[in-house]
Amino acid sequence: MKHAVYLGVVLLGTWLLWSGHYTPLIISFGVLSCALVVWITHRMDTIDEETVPLEHVLAIALYLPWLCGQVILSSFTVARIILSPKIAIDPEFVNPKMSQKTDLGEVIHANSITLTPGTVSVELHDNDILTHALTKKMADDVMEGSIDRRVGRLEGKS
Amino acid sequence: MTAVFTILSDVCLVIGAVFCLIGALGLLRLPGFYTRLHAAGMIDTTGAGFLVLGFMIKAGLSLITVKLMFLLLFLLIASPTATHALAKTAWRNHHEPYRKEGTSSNS
Repeated sequence: MKHAVYLGVVLLGTWLLWSGHYTPLIISFGVLSCALVVWITHRMDTIDEETVPLEHVLAIALYLPWLCGQVILSSFTVARIILSPKIAIDPEFVNPKMSQKTDLGEVIHANSITLTPGTVSVELHDNDILTHALTKKMADDVMEGSIDRRVGRLEGKS
Repeated sequence: MTAVFTILSDVCLVIGAVFCLIGALGLLRLPGFYTRLHAAGMIDTTGAGFLVLGFMIKAGLSLITVKLMFLLLFLLIASPTATHALAKTAWRNHHEPYRKEGTSSNS
């Protein structure tokens, strides 16, 4: 029930922000369509922790700035590699540990690796992620596991 | 104050454009499929990210900025998913990765 109310509030908020037309008729259309979506989702029995990550929103909001910083830092490294006259890369596959157990945690972890330039997640296994790294240094950085620790902390908040 | 925001947004737009250009250059210069994915991935994270940030500063506090924020959020979820799908498909089909000369090629 808590998640259904939350879903309704989020839908309505999104609708109001995206519409920009605030006349009684249009707003009542918005409220009706949001209520319809919540009712259909409830009937489909898909409202749960996975689809409505209520408890994770704050933790994700705190995690994003750190990730953006990492992305910008490694962007400069990759840009320097591309712009240097002789391309000095030593690509290799590594298997950094993945301690996440929920789907949401695994997706955030794997997407964080891919978002960071220089590393791409290739395949998810039970306890690790097959990752392609552009240089030895980047492979060491992803093996060090700071993403895993932070996503683990984020996941633990539920 | 508006001058500060104009300069700030222009700087973001230029940085974004430069990263898109470097990414395109990397797509051409790097050897092998997997390494080129890194360059392509840089275009749609850092390049697109700075461009959208520049647009957000230009739009100021308005509904357009909110829409751009959602755009950035969707981009941050969709683009790594696409890159991952490409990499996984190549891996499943036993695509031979590029290796530095002199290192063993057993995968």
